[in-house]
Amino acid sequence: MKTSIVKWGVAAAFAAASLAASGIAQAQTKEVVIGFQIDRTGPTQNIGVPLATGYNDYVNLINSKGGIDGVKLKISEVDNEYKVPPAVEGYERQKKDGAVLISFFGTASTLALIPKTTEDKIPGMSPGFGSAASANGKTFPYTFMMAASYWSQGAAAVKFAKDQLGGNIKGKKIAYLYYDNPAGKEPLPILRDLAKQEGFELKEFAVPPPGLEMGAQVLDITQRFKADFIIAHLFGRAPSVAIKAFKGSGYPLKKIVSFVWGGAEDDILSAGGYAAAEGYSTLQFAGVGSDYKVLDDIRAMYKAQGKAPPKEMDSTAYYNRGVFFAALQIEAVRNALKLTGGKQPTGTDVKNGFEHIKGFTLGGFVPPLEVTPDDHEGGGWVKVFQVKGGKLVGVGDWFHAYPEVLKKHIAEGK
Amino acid sequence: MFHRESGIFKTSYRSDMELYPLPIAKWTVGVIAVVLLAFPLLMRVFVAEGSIDYYVSLINLSMIAVVGAVGLNILVGYTGQISIGHGAFMSVGAYTAANLAVRLDWPFWITLPAGGLMAAAIGAVVGIPSLRIKGLYLAIATLAGQLIIEWTINHVPFISGGVQASIRVPRPTVFGYELSSQRDLYYFLLFFAVVAVIGALNLVRSRIGRAFVAIRDQDIAAEIIGINIFRYKLMAFAVSSFYGGVTGVLYTYYLGIANYEQFQITTSIDYLAMIIIGGLGSILGSIFGAIFISLLPTVIRTVMEGAGSLFLSQEEVLSVVPYLRLIIFGGLIVLFLVVEPEGLNRLWRNIRNYFRTWPFSY
Repeated sequence: MKTSIVKWGVAAAFAAASLAASGIAQAQTKEVVIGFQIDRTGPTQNIGVPLATGYNDYVNLINSKGGIDGVKLKISEVDNEYKVPPAVEGYERQKKDGAVLISFFGTASTLALIPKTTEDKIPGMSPGFGSAASANGKTFPYTFMMAASYWSQGAAAVKFAKDQLGGNIKGKKIAYLYYDNPAGKEPLPILRDLAKQEGFELKEFAVPPPGLEMGAQVLDITQRFKADFIIAHLFGRAPSVAIKAFKGSGYPLKKIVSFVWGGAEDDILSAGGYAAAEGYSTLQFAGVGSDYKVLDDIRAMYKAQGKAPPKEMDSTAYYNRGVFFAALQIEAVRNALKLTGGKQPTGTDVKNGFEHIKGFTLGGFVPPLEVTPDDHEGGGWVKVFQVKGGKLVGVGDWFHAYPEVLKKHIAEGK
Repeated sequence: MFHRESGIFKTSYRSDMELYPLPIAKWTVGVIAVVLLAFPLLMRVFVAEGSIDYYVSLINLSMIAVVGAVGLNILVGYTGQISIGHGAFMSVGAYTAANLAVRLDWPFWITLPAGGLMAAAIGAVVGIPSLRIKGLYLAIATLAGQLIIEWTINHVPFISGGVQASIRVPRPTVFGYELSSQRDLYYFLLFFAVVAVIGALNLVRSRIGRAFVAIRDQDIAAEIIGINIFRYKLMAFAVSSFYGGVTGVLYTYYLGIANYEQFQITTSIDYLAMIIIGGLGSILGSIFGAIFISLLPTVIRTVMEGAGSLFLSQEEVLSVVPYLRLIIFGGLIVLFLVVEPEGLNRLWRNIRNYFRTWPFSY
């Protein structure tokens, strides 16, 4: 009996400690709470961990400089494990913490939470997740894509292929290699429409999850179909498998362009390193690499604290994307504070803040987004980064493509 | 549940079968019913108004899990047929209801049973191999069912509603009132969870339930005493899948969207974990298990974050707690299984038996 009393005592002490800690946190001065969902322990943790580090570093950077005109930011972070029930539980917790903005993570959980954003009037930001149709601000007033959707990426990939193949792709063969899940299939309607419009031959090759075996598809693409260009949309470990397989089959890697989740440093390293992946290109919606002022500022912040920058900073594709998430959200809050004249903003104020984001580039780190009440995607900008001489190098400038085709689909989207 | 007779004085089969062995049982059930009905109001006493929705949402997610776990326990715990396809039956229910609600504009009180019935029909088909094979072999056969159903939903636009494989569903309405807040949905889910539990309690003490148990204990003996194995095995699959389908429909209405990606194989495994931890072959055990698995991560996280912030910096808490939570979660499951292999239900019975004669144990 005695041991169980001790046990309960310890449990009660922990509970009391947790209550006390949350009480202290609430007693601070004026602050804005942002809910941040991420996957640190689930199937996409290789993305989630560097992304979360970048996100928190940028928030700390802003807070270390005194916040937004004195208003500090508080992040309520939830590890949703890429699962829906923890994401729903986390959303409610973040709402309880007073979050005026939620950063989603994961396609299925974003789809599950989109209806809630409108009901609760709390804007949700889903860059690269959820539904491409949510770029339409009229049907999805509280959902903010804020980065190129899979539809925009599909259109941009076709444009890139066209440029690489000499400006005319009529009669050319383009292979679309995709992960066989809803996110992988999402760009199909756009690609099919563009195939008709541009007159190229599109063939679709599905890779069943988990995408670790694609010898058959690669043979099919390179030997039978003899593709002139390949658009790849893969997740997780699949991109590195694809790079290896195409390299092995002797296909020129510079004739491949991948979507945003297929070209991080880790993918290239596990495909055999930069030399092996030379020429492989990826679309990105945030700047990749270390040469940005904002990253220098973060390194300076660590130096001032007497610490070394985190190793996650080496994974610039995802680390930078985390910074990008945080930067856009903080910009929205900044706009909201401007609109309310410094009063505590509500979810609707932050929504309006998002819709005033324009000309915020963070020194070339962020594309030239222009968000309006109708367009929550901000234009669908991407930039191509190519493996060249041992690193990822930007090719050309930010661009977007075929806006009229996208507009038609977005207007019809549900 | 909380009471105990001082001895067994039953003189007829009828009294032995009674749901309420003592008059006080009715009172206990009555008190539980009142607490459940008034739960969102009672919460007001303990937490701030703004936090009620959060705690209610925790209960809501648990209640959905309860329905699914009770259903799976009928198949695995009572009939002894292992299934790794429970998640797939949820997606069958979810997509059936979503399609009916969106295309035909049917209300939830038709789509919900329709989703369940469709899942029952598919479940009976997936259960056919159980007539020939048992144990691990059956597990693999149901796993195939899970994968086939997932693939079909992913690749048939008529079912999935397009390449995104997600269908947005309007909120349920009752007499023109739209149920959208957590508190509204609490009563919506509570109703179906209670119906599901009462249905299962009655099913397992009926002729059908006894047939299930006979098949579990020794199927050849059951056949010899005249139980139609073919019929009852498929019926167990159908009933269990019906519950699974209803779980999927409840998820769909709760989230406002049907999406098969949340009903993948990990979900099936989660539900198996619920009934194993709760106790196989026990309705109360399924409820305990569902609540345990649904709430434990939240409880661990809350305590860890509270305690952790006393010793660690914010960044360290963020990067350490998720992993520690997984370790503790796994550790607690092992601990509970080692302490009591028959599950939380057995643990509960042991506690009850101890207090039966307390404080005069000797």
